[in-house]
Amino acid sequence: MVSTAIRRPSSRRSSTTRISSFFYRSIIALIAIVAGAPIIVATLALFVDTGDIWQHLLVHVLPEALKNTAWLVAMVAILTAILGVSLAWLVSVYEFGGRRFFNWALLLPMAMPAYVMAFAYSSLFEFTGPVQTFWRDILGNPFDFPDIGARWASIATLSLVLYPYVFLIVRGAFASQGLRSLEVAQSCGLSPIRGFVRVSLPMARPFIIAGVALAVMESLADFGTVKTFNYTTFTTAIYQAWYGLFSLNAALQLSLVLIAIIFVALVLERYLRGEAMYTSSGTHAVRGRIRLSRRYAWFASGFCGAVLLVAFLVPAALIVQWSAATFTGEFDQRYWQFAANSLMLATLAATLITVVALILAYAVRRDDGRFAALQARIATLGYAIPGTVLAVGFFVPVAALSRAMNDYFGWHGGETIALQGGLLVILLAYLSRYLAVAHSPVESALSRIKPGIEEASRGLGVSGLGMLRKVHMPILSPALITAALLVFVDIMKELPITLMTRPFGWDTLAVRIFQLTTEGEWQRAALPAVAIVLVGLLPIYLLNRQNENA
Amino acid sequence: MLELRSVSHRYGQTDTLTKVSLKLNSGGIGCVLGPSGCGKTTLLRCVAGFESLSEGEVSVGGRTMASRHIHVPAEARHIGMVFQDYALLPHLTCLENVLFGLHKLPREIAMSTAEDVLEKVELSAYRSRYPHELSGGQQQRVAIARALAPKPALLLMDEPFSNIDASMRSELGGQLKELLSALGTTALVATHDHQDAFALADSVGVMREGYVVQWDTAYNIYHRPVDRFVAGFVGRGVWLPGRMLSETEVEIEIGVATGIVTSEFSIDTEVDLFLRPDDVVHDDASSLQAKVLKRRFSGSEFLYELELPSGARLLSSVPSHHNHAIGESIGIKLETDHMVLFAREPTNGPSG
Repeated sequence: MVSTAIRRPSSRRSSTTRISSFFYRSIIALIAIVAGAPIIVATLALFVDTGDIWQHLLVHVLPEALKNTAWLVAMVAILTAILGVSLAWLVSVYEFGGRRFFNWALLLPMAMPAYVMAFAYSSLFEFTGPVQTFWRDILGNPFDFPDIGARWASIATLSLVLYPYVFLIVRGAFASQGLRSLEVAQSCGLSPIRGFVRVSLPMARPFIIAGVALAVMESLADFGTVKTFNYTTFTTAIYQAWYGLFSLNAALQLSLVLIAIIFVALVLERYLRGEAMYTSSGTHAVRGRIRLSRRYAWFASGFCGAVLLVAFLVPAALIVQWSAATFTGEFDQRYWQFAANSLMLATLAATLITVVALILAYAVRRDDGRFAALQARIATLGYAIPGTVLAVGFFVPVAALSRAMNDYFGWHGGETIALQGGLLVILLAYLSRYLAVAHSPVESALSRIKPGIEEASRGLGVSGLGMLRKVHMPILSPALITAALLVFVDIMKELPITLMTRPFGWDTLAVRIFQLTTEGEWQRAALPAVAIVLVGLLPIYLLNRQNENA
Repeated sequence: MLELRSVSHRYGQTDTLTKVSLKLNSGGIGCVLGPSGCGKTTLLRCVAGFESLSEGEVSVGGRTMASRHIHVPAEARHIGMVFQDYALLPHLTCLENVLFGLHKLPREIAMSTAEDVLEKVELSAYRSRYPHELSGGQQQRVAIARALAPKPALLLMDEPFSNIDASMRSELGGQLKELLSALGTTALVATHDHQDAFALADSVGVMREGYVVQWDTAYNIYHRPVDRFVAGFVGRGVWLPGRMLSETEVEIEIGVATGIVTSEFSIDTEVDLFLRPDDVVHDDASSLQAKVLKRRFSGSEFLYELELPSGARLLSSVPSHHNHAIGESIGIKLETDHMVLFAREPTNGPSG
C-alpha cells in the first residue's frame, strides 16, 4: 500500500531526477570552486612576472623559509608523536593516581592558541622578565642565561600546543586495543615492553600518523607563533611579501610553494598510513587497566603533571595574573569593541559556514550518491591550506572583480570598499578554511537519518516541510549546534585571515593580541588572551562529554 | 597437567572467583561452562597470567604458576591462548601471525613450524592473506594455529565458537577436537553453550557466580547434575512434584516414572523430578492426553509444549511426522531411563 502510494509514474520521475540532479551537482560544484579558489589563483600567479621581487625572494627569503619550515615540521612531528603517544598509552593502559583527571586535562592545551603560549613564555623568559631577573639578581648570573633561539622556541611552543591532536586520536586506538594487544604479545611469549614495540605501536600506527599529520598541518599553517618569535617560515614570508613588499603576486607565488609542500605532506601521510585504519578483529575491549606499582605510578603521574604544567597551567596562570594586574588600564570601552568585533565575526561566519555545510551535505545526499566520496574531499580542501594563503588567494580575485566592476560601471573610490574592503573576502576565507570543521558533525548526523527513516515517515503521512520539522531538525539540530560552536571557537582564535583581510576598523581580540605582542607589550595582551582561552575551553568540554557517552 | 587448588580472584570489591578447584590430565580437554558473567573468562585469564590470584594456586605440569606470592608473568608461562575475538594482528598476514609466537626460534625452523601448523589447520593456501580477508572460521583457525605453533604446554580458548555461524559450529567443534587430540594438546575451553562443551570436552565444569558447581564428565553433568542450576543449565526441561514409590520409581501426576536415579531417596520422600523433552514420548495409543500449547519445528522433530489437565506443563520432542495443531490433544507416555531428582525444598515450591 505504502509503496504504491509514493511511487511516481516512471517517465516523470526520470525527468525530475535529471533536473534535480543537475541542480544539486551545480551546488556541489559551486562550493568546491569557492573552497578551492585560492589554489587556482595561486597557480595562475605562476604566470605573472614579478621581476626583482621574485629574485629577492628566491635569494633572501625562500631558502631560509624552506629550511626553517622543514626544521619546524620535522621536529614538531617527532615531539608531538612522542608526547601524544606516551601520554595516550599511560592514560589508556595503566591505572595511577590522577589518571581520570589527566585523561581529559591533557586536552586543555587545545584551548590555548599557540600565539598566546608564545607570548606568555616570551614574556616569562625575556631579558627583563621574571626568570632572567631572578637569575641575575638572586642567583648572581652564574653563567649567561641560555638562549634557545627562535627555532627551538617555535618548535617547543607548537609541540606543546599540538600534541593533544595525537593524544586524542591515539588514545581512542589504545582504549579499544591497547591492553588486548599487550595480552596477545604476552600469550606469544613477549615481555610487555617488547609487546608495546612490536604489537601495540604497529597497530596504532595509522592513528599516530593521522594525529601527527594534523599537528604538521597546523604547524605549517601557524602564523602567530613564528611571528612572535621572529622565525621566518612561509606564512610569515607571505605576510611580509604582501604587507612589507606590497607584492600580492609574490605572496601568491610563495603560497603556491607552500601549497606544494602541503600536497607532498598529504600524499606522504596517505602513503605512510597504508590502506586502512586498523580496527581490532573483534569488539571485546578488555576492561580494567594495569595497576602500576607505587614507584611507576609516581613516575606516570609526574610525567603527565609536568606536561600539563608546562603546556597549559603555567601559561594560563601567567595570562590570568597579568590580566588581573593590567585590568584597570586595559578594560575599557575599546576592549568591549574588540570583543564585540570578535563575537560578531565569529557568529556571522559560524552561521554561514554551518548553513553551507548543511547545504553541501544535503546536496550530496539528494544526488544519486556518485559524489559521496568527493564530498569530504571538497569540504576539507581548504582546511589544509594556511590562513595566510587563503587571505591572499581570496583577496586577489575579489579585488580584481571589484576593479572590473569599477571600470564597467564607472565608479570611483568609495564603492570599491564594498567588495574589496568589505566582509566578502574574510568570510570566503573563513568558509574555505573551516568548512571541514562544520561539515564533519553535520554529515555524520545526516548519515544517521537512513533512507528507511524517511520512507517510514512518508508511510505515516509525514512529508515535505513536515518531515524537515519533525524528522530532520530534531536529529540534526544538536549536530548543527556543535558544528556552529566549533567554527565559532576556531574563528575567535583565528589570527592570519582576520589580520590580513579584516574590514577597516574591525580589530578583534586576536588582532589586538597580535598588535600588542609585536610591540612587545606582552602583559597587556593577557586580558584578550584570557577571553579567547575561556571560549576555547568549550569544545574541550564537548569533546570530553562525547567521550564519556561513547 | 593443569591443576587449580582453591583459586580465588577479586575484582575491586567483587569476588569474581571463589575457591575454584579443578584438575585436567595431560592431553585432556576441559570445558568451563556457564552463563555470561559467571567468571569463566576470569578463570582462563588467571591461568594465562593476565590476572593475579587473591588466594589458591595454579600449577601447570607440576610447576606453580600462580599463588598468593608467586606470579609467573604471562609471557613466561608457555601457555597458548585463543582470545574470544581471536585478536589477530591486523597488520600481519596469516603466516606472519603464526610466526609471531615463534620469535625465539631460528628463522628457518620458525618458518617450517609455522607452515606445518598452517597445513594442519588447512590454511596453507591463505598464508599471505590479511585477517580482514578471511572468513570468521578461517580467522579462528589462524588464531588456533598461532596459539599452537610454539607447542604450548596448555591451550586456553575463550568462547571459541561465539563468532561462528550456528550451522558451522558442530563441524568446527569436531575438527577442533580431532586436531587437539592428534597433537596431544591439553586444553581448557570456556563456553556458554552446553552442546559445544559436550561435543568438545572430556571434563566439564559448570560455573555459577564465581563457583565451579560441578566438575565432572559431560555424561554425569547431564544425567547426574549436583543441583537444580546445573540440571537446568545443560538442557531444557520442567520440574514436576512427585513421591518416591521405591528406589527407582517416582509417582508423579501423570503416572509412575522409572529409571536410574541421581541419588537415593527413601520411600515416600517428596521430590521434584526434572523431565526433559526426550523423557516424554508421543504415543497415539496412550490414554494419557495433553493439549498442545506451543510447538517449534526444527526439521527432524517438533518440540511441543503440552498442558496437562491439572494445568501442569511438559516439554516433549516428537519426530516431525507427528504433526499436531495447537489446541489438539495428543497421547503421551513417560520414558525415563535416567531420572534427575532432588528433594522437595521445604519452603519454596518446585521451580524450573
